[in-house]
Amino acid sequence: MISADLIRFTLSSARAHRLRSGLTALGIGIGVTAVVLLTSIGEGLQQYLLREFTQFGTNIISVSPGKASTFGGSMAASFNSTRPLSLGDAEALSRVPFVTHSVGTVQGNAEVEGNGRSRRTMVSGTGPYMPRVWLFAVALGEFLPADEESAPRPFVVLGSKVRDELFGTANPLGERIRVGGSRFRVIGVMESKGTVLGFDMDDAVYIPVLRAFELFNKDGLVDISVLYEESASAEEVVAGIRRMMITRHGGEDFTITTQQQMLDVLGSVLNIVTIAVAGLGGISLLVGGVGIFTIMTIAVRERTSEIGLLRSLGAVRRDVRDIFLGESIMLAALGGVGGVIFGGLIVETTKILVPALPLSYSIPFAIAAETVAILIGLLAGVLPARKAANLDPVDALRTE
Amino acid sequence: MIKLEGLCRDFQVGDQVVHALDHIDLLIRQSEYVSIMGPSGSGKSTLLNILGLLDSPSAGNYWLDDISTASMNDDELASIRQKKIGFVFQSFHLVPRMNAMENIELPMVLAGVLPADRRDKVAAALERVGLTKRADHRPDQLSGGERQRVAIARAIVMQPMILLADEPTGNLDSQSGKEIVDLMEELNNQGLTLIVVTHDPAIGNRAQRMVRMEDGRIKTDIQ
Repeated sequence: MISADLIRFTLSSARAHRLRSGLTALGIGIGVTAVVLLTSIGEGLQQYLLREFTQFGTNIISVSPGKASTFGGSMAASFNSTRPLSLGDAEALSRVPFVTHSVGTVQGNAEVEGNGRSRRTMVSGTGPYMPRVWLFAVALGEFLPADEESAPRPFVVLGSKVRDELFGTANPLGERIRVGGSRFRVIGVMESKGTVLGFDMDDAVYIPVLRAFELFNKDGLVDISVLYEESASAEEVVAGIRRMMITRHGGEDFTITTQQQMLDVLGSVLNIVTIAVAGLGGISLLVGGVGIFTIMTIAVRERTSEIGLLRSLGAVRRDVRDIFLGESIMLAALGGVGGVIFGGLIVETTKILVPALPLSYSIPFAIAAETVAILIGLLAGVLPARKAANLDPVDALRTE
Repeated sequence: MIKLEGLCRDFQVGDQVVHALDHIDLLIRQSEYVSIMGPSGSGKSTLLNILGLLDSPSAGNYWLDDISTASMNDDELASIRQKKIGFVFQSFHLVPRMNAMENIELPMVLAGVLPADRRDKVAAALERVGLTKRADHRPDQLSGGERQRVAIARAIVMQPMILLADEPTGNLDSQSGKEIVDLMEELNNQGLTLIVVTHDPAIGNRAQRMVRMEDGRIKTDIQ
């Protein structure tokens, strides 16, 4: 039997019971739809988070105060002292090999008053190279000047939302505003960056670090972000930073996190979520497989005399097995294709109707779901097909 | 040529052994027209199944064209059924979802004949049984006689040597039954070996050779 004929034969027997075949395939189809939908949500979430993280660029290493590891008893903890990260540390890190820029930041909330209005917003004390490191450009005016970090003038750069709220469409450059009661002069406005992980980058103002220390009465940075050359390996840069910091602090009282580490952890967590969710969809696929098994068992019983006839016409057991196995696989495959298409339609429609939902139709998962559907069809068909193949032709012919 | 020697077929029914065929010796030459008659349970259908290689004997030998079938495996038996033997059944055994043409095509489909090579042979078989105009009718759109004609066309489309008919007129009225027998006799005249199992003397008596069976044995064999 040539394969084109085998396909035609199985299609004709599936067509003979349209409703039944349709419902059986639907069982698999629903399973595949579920897998496609759930994995689309998983993939969408993953891509959303990756996008959020990588919009800062990928060759960033972050140094934060304190060692993120567990020490022995409470006694040991009390002896463990953490030196704050200073502006000097940030400056020193910019001299580590391959490092191009470093930015120390400190953050807080304060009242910003200007143009007769006021707004409580995030105040970020930051360095002159922040736009370079965070890939965050200035839309208007300029950023904090580079040459006066040790004795900075009271300049402020506004986030685009703060600018809109305080000044509307008026030009804010050169205007004097109050940040936490102190007077600052507006020298720039950042472009709009939107929210990053729920954090509104536009609803913030940026002032020199030392001014922020004064404002918040703090003496340590919360984070030093280091931008390094793309050609350099992260390990090498990390080693350089560690050496420099240990020299300066006399011990490892800081934590170094590379962007890649963050992405890896995030990625592995999300992969587990996606796989778990695909497994849930897989359960409905399994139920569909039981449906196919049931229908194929019934089909073998109903078509016993046809099996006898085929044997009398020269079909070997293998042919009979292939016919029923083929039918089972075909039902599963067609149901699967339906599920892949239907799931895709739902995903695309939802993306149009609710653009905020992070959905992403994953073609590898769709292919995987279809493959699993076909495998389930194969497994569900094995027993009925074997039963059909092993029927005695004389007995089969006698059955009406 | 068919040659049976000491052929037995036993069935186990409960704890009893039934001798459906009990030491049958039979020689049927190419192009013979043989009817096998006898009461039900006489073993005539069992004999036909063994002749058609659908069933194997418990003992004895069966030579088909001087080849012993005893040592053949399932695939070889199927291959011989495909090439040398055509079956006609009492209940036609047409595939209900396929039209006449597709039913006739089925043996070639199973044999792996390419579609292009099938068309002419199906057309010829359809013409041979006079159903060219009914090619695209499904079995439920055909009369009993027409269905049996489709079955005969299917049986001869692979150009077998032997046609085995098991009560071919059993489900037909006498007129279409007669037409079916006429058709099979025509095929026999063209060289096809025809073996008809029937309990209807009117059909059986038309054969050149009449084998009468009783209790698994050949009682009479009238040439």
